[in-house]
Amino acid sequence: MDALRQYTDLYDAHREAVDAHAPELLNALRPAAREALEGARLPDTHTEGYERTSLEEMMAPDRGVNIMRVGQAFDLSTAIRCELPNVSTLQAYLVGDTFVPTEGLERRLPEGVIFTSLARACELWPDLIKPRLGALADLNDTPTALNTMLAQDGVVVRIPAGLHLEKPLQLVNVFDGTEPQMAVRRLLVIVEKDASAMLLTCDHTRPDTPSCLSLQVTEIWLDHGAQLDFCDMEETSADNARCSRVYVSQHSSSQLRANVVTLSCGTTRNDLRTDINGEHCLTHINGMAICTERRHADNCSVLRHLHPRSRSRQLFKYVLDDYAQGAFEGSILVTPEAPFTEAYQSNRNILASATARMHSRPQLEIYNDEVSCSHGAATGQLDEQALFYMRTRGIPEREARLMLMQAFMADVIDSVAIPGLADRLRHLVEMRFRGDTAVCGDCPAK
Amino acid sequence: MSKLLEIKGLHATVEGKEIIRGLDLEIGAGEVHAIMGPNGSGKSTLSGVLAGNPAYRVTGGSVSFHGLDLLSLSPEDRSHEGLFLSFQYPVEIPGVSMTNFMRAAINAKRKYFGEEPMPATEFLKLMRQRREIVELDNRLASRSVNEGFSGGEKKRNEIFQMAMLQPRLSILDETDSGLDIDALRIVASGVNQLKTKENATIVITHYQRLLDYIKPDFVHVLYHGRIVRTGGPELALELEERGYDWIKQQAD
Repeated sequence: MDALRQYTDLYDAHREAVDAHAPELLNALRPAAREALEGARLPDTHTEGYERTSLEEMMAPDRGVNIMRVGQAFDLSTAIRCELPNVSTLQAYLVGDTFVPTEGLERRLPEGVIFTSLARACELWPDLIKPRLGALADLNDTPTALNTMLAQDGVVVRIPAGLHLEKPLQLVNVFDGTEPQMAVRRLLVIVEKDASAMLLTCDHTRPDTPSCLSLQVTEIWLDHGAQLDFCDMEETSADNARCSRVYVSQHSSSQLRANVVTLSCGTTRNDLRTDINGEHCLTHINGMAICTERRHADNCSVLRHLHPRSRSRQLFKYVLDDYAQGAFEGSILVTPEAPFTEAYQSNRNILASATARMHSRPQLEIYNDEVSCSHGAATGQLDEQALFYMRTRGIPEREARLMLMQAFMADVIDSVAIPGLADRLRHLVEMRFRGDTAVCGDCPAK
Repeated sequence: MSKLLEIKGLHATVEGKEIIRGLDLEIGAGEVHAIMGPNGSGKSTLSGVLAGNPAYRVTGGSVSFHGLDLLSLSPEDRSHEGLFLSFQYPVEIPGVSMTNFMRAAINAKRKYFGEEPMPATEFLKLMRQRREIVELDNRLASRSVNEGFSGGEKKRNEIFQMAMLQPRLSILDETDSGLDIDALRIVASGVNQLKTKENATIVITHYQRLLDYIKPDFVHVLYHGRIVRTGGPELALELEERGYDWIKQQAD
């Protein structure tokens, strides 16, 4: 079996059509991507770092790629509504790979701020896009090359130098239509010198959404002194598949606070590669995943300290129930050029059933003596003593378990800096643990 | 009238080992009973069995609690019906605030009796009132349950929870361990304030010291999983003076 073949065949047969419906700057990246895929294979469970997640299997079904970009007009009024309590966001939808702004979005953006489709940005600001698009994404990574070969649109976010964008940007990723499909999404985020922004992306499906796959590549540039609060949230149904690659380049004195939140999913693999390309950077990456039934969440974080005097802190927590599977691969690299690095990573997991499985692989590679680094992983059950203690106070077992699971996620939830989001997340996590479908669209917290 | 608590021929095992071996005990409303005994005699096992700790297995006997078959109830229902265990080692629960913990407990009890949840203002007022009984700092309410509490604060927190839940029967399992004399006085004073004609207390302790502050009506000596001797407060003083060897000799 070779799942990749169907995509390269598709591309080889429809090269012109793919190019005809995409901006020139994206088309320019395709030949190298196609070449990288020659003889390549998608990682499966025999590939190091993918022991629990086979992308080969994930991408094997032919869901159809909409290369001719035919689509119905997307009706915003029937879309999943996704709002933060008491916070007005600058909101847009990404329907498949098509950017659909909410009404008046353009007018509400401060001067110089770009939040629009990749195609449009390429047309209007080619000089801005050209040096950055594809410059972080690694074509040696097969899913990234596959995305680059097929991507026809996506989103550009740009915050001009010195500007502090007060309102959070929110991108709601959805699928349209009644047929299974594969969305090839491409995001480019540029926070220029001394600018700051908050970005919330959320993947949603409805219970009636057919089996869809999103293959997304996000490139994030943080220039000197830039700050980004980034929350990447997923709330999808059982037969959804997601493969996400996020590449971050942090220049000196920049700050990234990222949250990767899998509230519910089908099969998910998230890769986050952060390069510290300057001194005095701050990087906080906090992730959580809640999986029940036979669902599957896999997060891989690679953080490379390439310059001295930066600090990073990572925490990933999972609660797995029923037959769910979780995986975490975390690696920190500190090169000889990066003395005085502080890097910490921790992975903590709770198995709420005897049949749930967690695979954790933390790694540290340090080529420097002048560092302070640690990592650790622990997987266990809910604290039986705490459970009994709560029950002796009259708290029913189910409620007590729920409170303990919620408490377990408290530090990750509290780390979310976007106003209103931590509150909503707390509520959604509680609903999730209660067994109610955590559908943002019905979120009473809004 | 039947007793508040009647234990008859109780047997219990921990990890297959029999710890309680035919224990009989009766406790009436308004009474304070002290249970003393050497290490390993089964004191803490008894309190765990009564509270419903799933780690202990009851292999024989019966426990009637104001007419109910106590052993057939879940730990939470035992609590609703008025049983309270003050833990020897109160458990820390990071991430769960004292306020949420107590609110969940109070409202679960109300739900059990078919009542509506307690209104927020009433609840906070109750918290404030009951805190004063054990001079518990207001700041502890916003902290996680027992997390970072000193030994004394943990024990005061136990009595605070007892004051909130107003049990019919409180079991104080070595509440005096790890307490300095001031904390001991506060804890004992809290227990005494909560004493009524309707409720009862079991004080499990190694030492006579606590009984200077919480005066027992009856003192029982537990040895090898059975009550081997029962007397008045003077028995505690005698044990303090003579130790347990003479009791062991008589019992063996």
